[in-house]
Amino acid sequence: MPAEIVVLGGGVGGTLTANLLAKALPRSEARVRLVDATGRHVYQPGWLYQALDQADSRWLSKDLRRLLRDDIELVVDTARGIDAEHKRLFLERAGQVEYDYLVVATGARLDRAAIPGLAEATHDFYSGHGAQRLREALRTFDGGTIAVGVAGMPYKCPPAPVEFALLLDEYLRKRGVRDRTRIRFLSPLNRAFTIESASKLVEPVFARQGIELHTFVNIEKVDAPDRKLFSLEGEEFEFDLAVLVPPHTGAQVVLDAGIGDRGGWLPTDPETLRVKGYPDLFAIGDATDLPISKSGSTAHFEAPVIVEQIAARVEGRDPDPVKSRYKGKVTCFLEVGGRKATMLVFDYEHPPDPPKPSVVWHAAKWAFNRAYWFTVPKGRI
Amino acid sequence: MTTPSVEREIDARSSFCPGPLMELIRAIRESDPGTTIAVLSKDPGSRTDIPAWTAKAGHELVAVEEQGDHARFIVRKAS
Repeated sequence: MPAEIVVLGGGVGGTLTANLLAKALPRSEARVRLVDATGRHVYQPGWLYQALDQADSRWLSKDLRRLLRDDIELVVDTARGIDAEHKRLFLERAGQVEYDYLVVATGARLDRAAIPGLAEATHDFYSGHGAQRLREALRTFDGGTIAVGVAGMPYKCPPAPVEFALLLDEYLRKRGVRDRTRIRFLSPLNRAFTIESASKLVEPVFARQGIELHTFVNIEKVDAPDRKLFSLEGEEFEFDLAVLVPPHTGAQVVLDAGIGDRGGWLPTDPETLRVKGYPDLFAIGDATDLPISKSGSTAHFEAPVIVEQIAARVEGRDPDPVKSRYKGKVTCFLEVGGRKATMLVFDYEHPPDPPKPSVVWHAAKWAFNRAYWFTVPKGRI
Repeated sequence: MTTPSVEREIDARSSFCPGPLMELIRAIRESDPGTTIAVLSKDPGSRTDIPAWTAKAGHELVAVEEQGDHARFIVRKAS
């Protein structure tokens, strides 16, 4: 009997893991099914550009079927339950599905309701709808105060709010309204963002571009009628337009199954990517509780590790000691405006040492954006 | 020297920057005024982040105890 492998979620981690598993294991040894609620794969880094009128939403999503190998079964259905003890999954339409191995790639969920007033009074670029709404608001923005910030940790793509602030500065200059706009960047930490070396690189650029950095601002509530943000630290910030990363939680199905932590993140072994306590359950990407970036890049480097772990078990051999261990590798670009970017490369042991921003990294980021559909989900890089 | 009494202790030793600070912030949000909270952290960044945040947010840093490979930060939530 072939092993029953189910991948839950069709984002970067899920799509890539399914493709690599189906490539590694012949159909006689494993049946790979991917369950996704929408049947579409979204290139989420594009939302930043969509909000700033640099990308069209049509470019940012594709039919998942077109990205999967033919030997993978795509099940478009919503997971309502996971019984990890008995290795069963409960789908809304298909009902119970038994598995030998389950890869949870359910990503992160936005929890706008966690902060009173947030949904009513602020914008974000953390969903397609949010990016579109923000684009429309920015097109008609005619000066005032824009607050850019982070309303909860952890959140996806740590550099994104910094990139947004810098690209917003550029966007407003082009539109001729920068001289009557105050940009305030509100960080929950005592620096621009989580990674210290990259913050040191970004903070002088903020100063040069006239972006005010306010640190230790953990947003507690939003006064929608008066357009004010209140922080846990006791400060208040008025705004005309607020662009805040909403708080994130793990997927509802993980929370409901009782296998996640309080935030709905799966307690995951940092090297094997097994969910602790369940040898046949793996977690990838944003779904884990690992203290590293929630980003597509993380999932990209984790996928081959899970594939080696599962393939070795199916084939009855010892896993390759190198390929079956994730060392925390993440790489990501960081746009700093002026058609320049830098590159962050790091792992569990080594913090990033970003090179001086240049047009080369900016061009590389755009080349990556364009090449994404032909490369990453299919395991070609 | 007596150890201050602590009502809630958070072991954030497996969490790295900014994890321990975020764990403390979460505990402060969830606790009543006057509650004393301890956070254990191995992350060197906590030695600057936690005292700086505590001062800005108006809470009291009661003690920082060095305990071998980690530090124990004791914070009392402002009344």
